[in-house]
Amino acid sequence: MKRTITATVNNNSGVMNRITGLFARRQFNIESITVGMTENPDVSRMTFVVNVDNYRSLDQVIKQLNKQVDVLKVRDITDESTVERELALIKVVAAPQHRSEIEAVASPFRASIIDVGRESVTLQVTGDQEKVEALIDLMKPYGIKELARTGVTAFKRSSKKTTIDNPRYSIIN
Amino acid sequence: MSAKTEIQYAQQTAANEEMKGSSMLIRALAEENVDVIFGYPGGAILPTYDEIYKTGIRHILSRHEQGAIHAAEGYARVAGKPGVCVVTSGPGATNVVTGIADAMIDSLPLVVISGQVATSVIGTDAFQEADMVGITMPVTKHNYQVRSVEDLPRVIKEAFHIATTGRPGPVLIDLPKDVSVATGIFNYENELDLPGYHPTVHPNRLQIKKLQDAVTKAEKPVILAGAGVLHAQGAEELTTFAETQGIPVASTLLGLGAFPGEHEQFLGMAGMHGTYAANMALHEADLLISVGARFDDRVTGNLEHFAPTATIAHIDVDPAEIGKNIETHIPVVGDAREALKSLVEMDGERGDFTAWKNTLHEWKTKYPLWYNEDDETIKPQRLMEEVYEATNGEAIVTTDVGQHQMWAAQYYHFNKPNRWVTSGGLGTMGFGFPSAIGAQFAEPDTPVVAVLGDAGFQMTAQELSILQELNLPVKIILVNNASLGMVRQWQQLFYEERYSNSLFPIQPDFVKMAEAYNIKGSRIDNLEEVRGALDEALAHDGPALIDFRVTPDENVYPMIAPGKGHHEMEGVTP
Ligand SMILES: Cc1ncc(C[n+]2csc(CCOP(=O)(O)OP(=O)(O)O)c2C)c(N)n1
Repeated sequence: MKRTITATVNNNSGVMNRITGLFARRQFNIESITVGMTENPDVSRMTFVVNVDNYRSLDQVIKQLNKQVDVLKVRDITDESTVERELALIKVVAAPQHRSEIEAVASPFRASIIDVGRESVTLQVTGDQEKVEALIDLMKPYGIKELARTGVTAFKRSSKKTTIDNPRYSIIN
Repeated sequence: MSAKTEIQYAQQTAANEEMKGSSMLIRALAEENVDVIFGYPGGAILPTYDEIYKTGIRHILSRHEQGAIHAAEGYARVAGKPGVCVVTSGPGATNVVTGIADAMIDSLPLVVISGQVATSVIGTDAFQEADMVGITMPVTKHNYQVRSVEDLPRVIKEAFHIATTGRPGPVLIDLPKDVSVATGIFNYENELDLPGYHPTVHPNRLQIKKLQDAVTKAEKPVILAGAGVLHAQGAEELTTFAETQGIPVASTLLGLGAFPGEHEQFLGMAGMHGTYAANMALHEADLLISVGARFDDRVTGNLEHFAPTATIAHIDVDPAEIGKNIETHIPVVGDAREALKSLVEMDGERGDFTAWKNTLHEWKTKYPLWYNEDDETIKPQRLMEEVYEATNGEAIVTTDVGQHQMWAAQYYHFNKPNRWVTSGGLGTMGFGFPSAIGAQFAEPDTPVVAVLGDAGFQMTAQELSILQELNLPVKIILVNNASLGMVRQWQQLFYEERYSNSLFPIQPDFVKMAEAYNIKGSRIDNLEEVRGALDEALAHDGPALIDFRVTPDENVYPMIAPGKGHHEMEGVTP
């Protein structure tokens, strides 16, 4: 199962190395890591999407992270109400006759065309993982030349009320 | 040998005085009550060695850095204080990596200071540059590279704190040469500021209550005592708890001494070469209370068959150990002594374990450890019994890794804590001899016996120089079977007797080797002379080596073969 975990860590040199080294040697399967400074320049926030077999393995991931001296706080936010975003850049093969079609497909995703070449266009899309993946899938038939994804970054929403309570009819929001 | 050197340098400087990084380091070591450093000098660490020279802080020069780090480990294990090791950059530092990994997996508190090239050339593949922070990241509890002299006092203070609290472990401080000669203000009074480090010492009362309730309800409880009890200095509390509740106790290899070895409730060591009673107790128990043990595979055997009917209670100061290898029903996070103390104070209702005790008693008497004497050779097991008797069970015993280690664990009974020094988790050959040196520094007045294999001894034998130089009275008991005994055993049992590279075609003359260092050496190859030789060596006021020629093809039994469970032991009876 996929879980989203966030951790605040000391913004030291080498802290990223500590964390990725830990994941590698404990055979934890990570899909993505993002890292960046927080409002406090001494502290960074990391967001991991991990793939674990069961809750005991998940527990290990969290405990091993917590054991690091440079890790301040770890939280599994998968089941909480969160704001989750990923950004993807998708370079799609686009002969001139296909461009308007691509634009039309991309527009409900609020994806924007940020670069146009002779045979390709580059789309930028932001959203949760499902939305980003949905757009990537739709672009595949045209031919994806290059793809770059940032991985998910996330934190808890301010309000307790979860958006998951509201029925979602579309992955596009 | 005096236990402590006069630490005059502590008074030499007032607080908040400006000084060089290297002075700060020695000054901080004095603040931490370090009475001995094990190390080896070289270019990048020379400023520190200059300070060692000037201050007279006690420094033991090993003949290889691996010797220094294992000595620091032996010291830490026996003294219950952090071992300190100082080495130079590059090869000096990489030479201690094995010892750091050993200390990590066996939870020994070490503070290792490695010299480093100057900050201006770090990352340029400078002469004797090695990325020690990178190399040791997975095998240290924490590590630092000091980039500015202002940080040095804080880093040292944090290093000692982290090494010794919670689950102990090694901390490395990488010290660039320019930082050690730069000057700054020395202030050691600052409060520690480690927001990401808060070991849980005091266990949750509710969990303690749950555990006690489980004991009261149990019919077949057993305690598995690990080294965590020793690190927490909780041996007394363990004995009190086990006695008042009447719970039998088994021990891990590293936990030996946490519970008296000759106590009637003691079942012996559990695991691959553990006793029948200990292993079967784990297998049949309805309540297994692990205290400061981490369910290592050498203890559990095949996890699928491990303690199939037991409720598992696990007391551990490291929350990550709980649930790591097996599912735990009653987790208790906290210091082993604190947890045991709470249990003793709770003084819960006793359960009725009469039938269980009878079963265990029967197993113990029916299936004791065994070996067959022959008329020709010294049986290594017998040798261990003789060592036990000759030392009245009072010695500190260190071992190397292999068959002799298992025999020492089986036949030397530790009635007191911190008398047993062995490399468990990493199984590091070359550990036994230098760790005995460290142990002797921790307890100058206790006899220290190093039980070594003829192969493992040769990995760090150069440290005989330390014995010679300081007339350190360590007694080396060489269990000489002219082979890599444990490897030979596995090849016999699992590789159809293809003895690939495990039999020594030639051996050095170990007696002459000792004599080359002016150490009393002797060779014993018949049983009649064993005790006399031991008595003589023990009475000798100085180091001694005895090359005991033991049965070359003896195997360690009983045994749980790899992949098997506790109920599938082999070699339980002759
Ligand atoms: C550094 C290292 N290398 C290899 C091994 C694998 N190993 C385990 S026991 C053993 C044989 C040890 O032989 P010896 O020291 O003579 O002890 P014995 O088993 O004969 O008592 C070996 C090679 C190890 N544990 N450590």
